[in-house]
Amino acid sequence: MTKFTINGQTVSVDAADDTPLLWVIRDIVGIKGTKFGCGIGMCGACTVHIDGRAMRSCITPLTAIADSTIVTIEGLDPAGQHPLQKAWIETQTPQCGYCQSGQIMQAASMLKDYPNPTDADIDNIMSGNLCRCMAYARIRRAIKLAATELAGAQTAGAISHD
Amino acid sequence: MVRRLLKGLLAIVVVGIVGIFVLAWRPAIDPIEPVAAAQFPADLVAKGAVLAGAGNCLTCHTAATGKPYAGGVGLDSGFGKIFSTNITPDPDTGIGRWSEVAFARAMHEGVLRDGAQMFPAFPYDHFTKVRDEDIHALYAFLMTRPAVVSAAIPNQLPFPVSVRALQAGWKLLFFSKGVYQPDASKSEEWNRGAYLAEGLAHCASCHTPRNSFGAEKSGAAYAGAAIDGWFAPALSAASKTPMPWTADELFVYLRSGATALHGSAAGAMSEVVHDSLAKLGDSDVHAIATYFADINQSTTRVASADQALEKAMTLAHRDIRDDSADGAGLYIAACASCHYNGGATPLAIRPELALNSAINGPDPANLIHIILEGISKKDGMPVVFMPGFANTFDDAEVATLAAYLRHTRSDQPEWKDLAETVAKIRKHGS
Repeated sequence: MTKFTINGQTVSVDAADDTPLLWVIRDIVGIKGTKFGCGIGMCGACTVHIDGRAMRSCITPLTAIADSTIVTIEGLDPAGQHPLQKAWIETQTPQCGYCQSGQIMQAASMLKDYPNPTDADIDNIMSGNLCRCMAYARIRRAIKLAATELAGAQTAGAISHD
Repeated sequence: MVRRLLKGLLAIVVVGIVGIFVLAWRPAIDPIEPVAAAQFPADLVAKGAVLAGAGNCLTCHTAATGKPYAGGVGLDSGFGKIFSTNITPDPDTGIGRWSEVAFARAMHEGVLRDGAQMFPAFPYDHFTKVRDEDIHALYAFLMTRPAVVSAAIPNQLPFPVSVRALQAGWKLLFFSKGVYQPDASKSEEWNRGAYLAEGLAHCASCHTPRNSFGAEKSGAAYAGAAIDGWFAPALSAASKTPMPWTADELFVYLRSGATALHGSAAGAMSEVVHDSLAKLGDSDVHAIATYFADINQSTTRVASADQALEKAMTLAHRDIRDDSADGAGLYIAACASCHYNGGATPLAIRPELALNSAINGPDPANLIHIILEGISKKDGMPVVFMPGFANTFDDAEVATLAAYLRHTRSDQPEWKDLAETVAKIRKHGS
């Protein structure tokens, strides 16, 4: 049994040690917002937060996350109102939408390290998240919009984000 | 004439063999009646627990699925496999019938209770430096561990290496007995660090290269050495890390398992930090840091540290948009999202590859291990985790990625035979 919390809920999972976290999230816990892309950690579609850091869940074995805190796109904001999610809608970023939960989770993690990311920061940190619709320009715009909102919120001291 | 010569030679050989056995002979020390754990004062046991931490006794004396201190770990000595033994107080399979005198002799001279010579896989060449009062506390600690019945596994050594008496010859050549002698020209903290590092912590056992007899090479102290498929980096001035290992950096590393300017503890060093040195107080860890910061002459590099950081961060900021070097694509897809650092200084939580010891060292083994196996939550800095890429990349891809990082994130010469090394490490594991 491997115990961890996912989106605030504690779960215990009985599966083979090397079961990828992505399998556990989708097939055992049953949360479907995290997507399977390549299965080898090279496309970013399966990105979730493990203890607050963006990680590829498809190459993370179950044993590695014992006692960890996992957050998926469903848990990023209880109302789906994370500044990145709002910016995604505002800028009409997604096209097919398959990669977007991974994109948003990666971007949310980046904004913690670089609240005001430069183009180079975005290029480097987001390049591991592929978008086959080529929505990269809109993804960049949405990230900058969210950063602006986060900066404003911080100045106002009104909202705090995980 | 020929016959006389042969007879003479035979006589010399016989005298030599007899001589070795005479030299090797040590008396057995009488077994004692097992002592009840309650006989040992609690404060002495607590002191021994800290010292056992410094000595990292647990790691070598506990098998993967075994009980603590019950032995059974196979050490690949280069001559054959030597198995660690049971140092719990079990009277029949452990050291329950060892007197403190016998225990002290093993630590100081490498001789078993029954008088047989020990193999230097047990680092008595370092433990000889441990003072009697600390041996006293260690004995109390070990004799109060839960006794475990666990018989010794026979060593797998070829003849004649397997002949224990021959170890007397090894000692004659490579072993000098005696407790640590303080250096009056150095500070008290330095001496404390030296006492721990040279004695119980036996840092040199991994970090100093060994000669063909398996002894630490003289004149190459802490020059860095390959061990168990990893590379124990140089702790001397031979260290090639871009940033100096100052006392502060060493302290943070030894205390927490990582620093922003050097990287993360992995492999056996992770156990040293998180299982062994974790038992020591800040002052002892700082003393060890002070000692090595002096040995590696980091003060001579401090003046140029800002420049070195600037240079590394320039490498870190390599523009990925037109990076056509072999391996750039692998780096961008697999590494950059976590390892990229913007700005003038790296974030500890984003281990900066241009500053990393694994990329700047002489041997690619550590980098290959990390790419293949990742870093578990218990390794490196607390909580931070890196997945392994063993199922993502084939050997050639790992080699290409390693070569790319070496070429673009350091100014060190390229590594040779990378793909072969990757294949070897993948096959044998850690």
